[in-house]
Amino acid sequence: MLNFEACTITNGDFTLHANLSIPRGARVAVIGPSGSGKSTLLEAIAGFRGVTSGRITWQGRDMTALPPGKRPVAMLFQDGNLFAHLSAAQNVGLGLRPTSRLTPDEQEQVSAALTRVGLEGMGTRKPAQLSGGQQSRVALARALVQRRDLLLLDEPFAALGPALKAEMLDLVAELVQETGATLLMVSHDPNDARRIADQAVLVADNQAHDPVPTLELLDNPPAALRQYLG
Amino acid sequence: MAERAQPLSATPGRAAAFVVAAVILGTLLAVAWRAEAGRGLGPSDWAALRFTLVQASLSAVLSVALGIPVARALARRRFPGRRALIALLGAPFILPVIVAILGLLQIFGRSGWLSHLTVSLGLPPVQIYGLHGVVLAHVFFNLPLATRLILQAWQEVPAEQFRLAAQLNLGPLAMIRLIEWPVLRRSCPGALAVVFAICLTSFAVALTLGGGPRATTLELAIYQAFRFDFDLGRAAMLSGIQLLLTGCTALLALRLSRGDGFASGLDRALQRWDGKSTLAKGLDTFWISLAALFLLLPLLAIVLAGVGGLTTLPSSVASAALVSVATALGSTVILLLLALPMAAAVALGRGGLIELCGILGLAASPLVIGTGLFILIRPVADPFMLALPVTALVNAVMALPFALRILVPQARSVVARYSRLALSLDMSHRSFATMVLLPRMRAQIGFAAGLAAALSMGDLGVIALFADAEMATLPLQIYRLMGAYRMQDANAAALLLLILSMAAFWLLDRGGRRHAEL
Amino acid sequence: MKHLIFAAGIFGATTAIADVPELTVYTYDSFVSDWGPGPQVKEAFEATCGCTLKLVGIEDGAALLARVRLEGTNTDADVVLGLDTNLITVAKGTGLFAPHAIVADYTLPIDWADDTFVPYDWGYFAFVHNADTPAPTNFKALADSDTKIVIQDPRSSTPGLGLLMWVKAAYGDEAPMIWEGLSDNIITVTKGWSEAYGLFLEGEADMVLSYTTSPAYHLIAEEDASKAAAAFDEGHYMQVEVAAKLASTDQPDLADQFLAFMVSDAFQTIIPTTNWMYPAVTPASGLPDGFDTLITPEKSLLLSADEASALRDKALDEWLNALSR
Repeated sequence: MLNFEACTITNGDFTLHANLSIPRGARVAVIGPSGSGKSTLLEAIAGFRGVTSGRITWQGRDMTALPPGKRPVAMLFQDGNLFAHLSAAQNVGLGLRPTSRLTPDEQEQVSAALTRVGLEGMGTRKPAQLSGGQQSRVALARALVQRRDLLLLDEPFAALGPALKAEMLDLVAELVQETGATLLMVSHDPNDARRIADQAVLVADNQAHDPVPTLELLDNPPAALRQYLG
Repeated sequence: MAERAQPLSATPGRAAAFVVAAVILGTLLAVAWRAEAGRGLGPSDWAALRFTLVQASLSAVLSVALGIPVARALARRRFPGRRALIALLGAPFILPVIVAILGLLQIFGRSGWLSHLTVSLGLPPVQIYGLHGVVLAHVFFNLPLATRLILQAWQEVPAEQFRLAAQLNLGPLAMIRLIEWPVLRRSCPGALAVVFAICLTSFAVALTLGGGPRATTLELAIYQAFRFDFDLGRAAMLSGIQLLLTGCTALLALRLSRGDGFASGLDRALQRWDGKSTLAKGLDTFWISLAALFLLLPLLAIVLAGVGGLTTLPSSVASAALVSVATALGSTVILLLLALPMAAAVALGRGGLIELCGILGLAASPLVIGTGLFILIRPVADPFMLALPVTALVNAVMALPFALRILVPQARSVVARYSRLALSLDMSHRSFATMVLLPRMRAQIGFAAGLAAALSMGDLGVIALFADAEMATLPLQIYRLMGAYRMQDANAAALLLLILSMAAFWLLDRGGRRHAEL
Repeated sequence: MKHLIFAAGIFGATTAIADVPELTVYTYDSFVSDWGPGPQVKEAFEATCGCTLKLVGIEDGAALLARVRLEGTNTDADVVLGLDTNLITVAKGTGLFAPHAIVADYTLPIDWADDTFVPYDWGYFAFVHNADTPAPTNFKALADSDTKIVIQDPRSSTPGLGLLMWVKAAYGDEAPMIWEGLSDNIITVTKGWSEAYGLFLEGEADMVLSYTTSPAYHLIAEEDASKAAAAFDEGHYMQVEVAAKLASTDQPDLADQFLAFMVSDAFQTIIPTTNWMYPAVTPASGLPDGFDTLITPEKSLLLSADEASALRDKALDEWLNALSR
């Protein structure tokens, strides 16, 4: 269970209140108008933005003061998910051990993860030699080997075409199914949410609301969301 | 707090900045501490301050004013040899002062090439000595630097803006208002400040080309206080004034042009649609040719003067060359050990004071640093044993301001681009430094290292204060040859120095680029 | 501070324990260079002294004195070689130097009777020009002519200070007028001798402040007779270069031995063609061929050390005033 206990998150002049719980293993879409604070919410979970009051717990353990790397979180950003000067395998390997060389056993895990995301034999390529979709797969392979409880997606597939994006989302769905990770994904597109998220958190009017079933929210949107969905 | 998490530690950078500050301010304090009662600053010192400010301001304004059209022309023209030209234009910057003066005089002197031309046209010979001569020499040294700083800002304009400008069919005036003026506003204050600071410490150039004691600068006043009057207190005070002036200039420049620098990548091919008129083409050709002639002719004179004696150089010159290469390498290593952590700390956004420390190297008087180090080292070790390490250290501190200008922008962009990813992967500071920061800064590191090596190679530095009979660097050996009437050999040794400096720069810069991975 | 001095003491002690005693001589840089007297002097002295001679080069005479003053009584130097008469009074005032007992048959144009400083060579300042062009014969004629000269700054250069004293010795209170007259002849002032001579050789000036012995270098080393020194009828100011023992030396006997060696033929024969100055004691073998072609001034000018020291600041002010207009 991921718990926001009376949290206030500030980002410059902007303030977001969150007091909600997300059950373990849930697949949650974070939905809301532009600038409502969807990314801010994810950044608070990942530890890139501090909370000014309240606390965030995972499975009852307080992680409010933990640095990003020590949280049970793997996150994919809008861009800059790969180190451009490292090969695909090296990028994935960083998820296992962000230091020097990997043991043969760990190398095995890396190539297994690359195979799992459909990039078998492409481990030596640099990101520039991969297509956009393939780059996303590398990032996912890394999230896979990280084995963190929470997977946060801050629109990492936004630049992909509709078909490719759908393919990626399906892959994400499969991966979280296999690993049992809890998924939170920011989405601008209701169809993304419908596709893989069973629940949705509405972020609007400086408030992140409790999760509700995705279909329910999208079919009967509250005023703030209705205007955005059009 | 989680929000303060950083992919790197600023501590090594702070430590490096502390070392630099200790070298510059500690030596100043050591000199002041050792001082006996002196006479304080007199009217002649204030006159020196006035002249220093006037010549440095004029030199800075003129270097930048000329740098603008040259940079503009280089930014929008593509021609064969452009890259080599940009590299060669940097050569005056790394020349030893005496060599550069003699080269300049071969062109602009009373019996120089230009005078030959004017005399054959029935005009009087060129009158080079005076304030205008000082400014001319300073522009010779600093025009390349100013051009590079401005050119860099020009090339950082996104290609899309030029595309948009072409799409909207903007005329030259609109181009200036919308694109070029912002570029200049961003880059010129920094360029002005750097050139101004460099010229503050000028001494031999100002005196020789200034034509006499009218052209007394602060650095000469320091020299006089120390040598003529043995008034260490006054020397320290004057050096303090120099540091203060540079510090203020630097702060102003940092405030006016946040985040600028001269990164590498000046050969980026940028498609331009403007400046296609014949007039624009003609003007650009004019400026590029003028700058090339102005900067390259004295170099050519140095080459011609030295090439004849190159094969008959005494063997001691070769061993001095080896000493110089070793010192330059040592200096480069020290520079990187100082500059990289400092650049990283600045990139983390905690660098105001650190950047200031880095820039002070521009204003430090070599005489005061050398004397201060001597006072500090002597009680614990034999200064003569440490002559080369000390020279390497001082040269590194003097090259630091330029290295930081090269390294900081790229360090900023690497930190901005990758710090969240690194943090989410729980990378250690060390891993981020070795696996991300350094590999992604190879090109800049190569450029900075090349510049440092070349500067160190050409700088007489503090070696003259420490030198032993057996250990001489190439610049010192050039002075010794001149002191022994051997002008021919000195000219040849100067050419050797020019070649070595350029080679060191080229190799390191190239090495950085070749292995740079994108 | 105390423990540092203590550490320095230990350093000093360990060198003293070594089998071969070491004599440290501070001198100016051009003395120790490969083309200066240093290498030959070292070899010759070490052949007789059973010691090691360590020559340390420090820029020029003024820098040399500044260094010794900086180091004070715990200086490493046993002997300082390379001051001149302009620096003697200040040097004595420091109390760092010890009297000597050297007696020699000096061939200086003046009497030498200093109890602390021993002369080892000397020369006349002179303006050097190309032999094929006529040169003025005194400062007034120079001032009235169009001849362009390059000189050194007295604040940073020994010959520069020498010229100041030359004009002062020749013209006394009229010196400011002479400088005013010369101001349009001086194309520029350089930091040191090397820069000035370099400018002259490149043709920037018709004459350069140097020594009457300078043409000897071109004649002997380059077989080039094209350079000459202009004889001035006011007389020529002398530079007498001297050495002295430090009071704080831990090798007083060796230091005395070196000073005695310095005025012996072994040392003096090296001087003319390495330092390009006259030896303080003409060796039995005489002067090298070529020195006989040099001009011999009719009058030798030299202010006593005390006069020079007393006049220095005033002369500098006059110079600055006249040339800063």
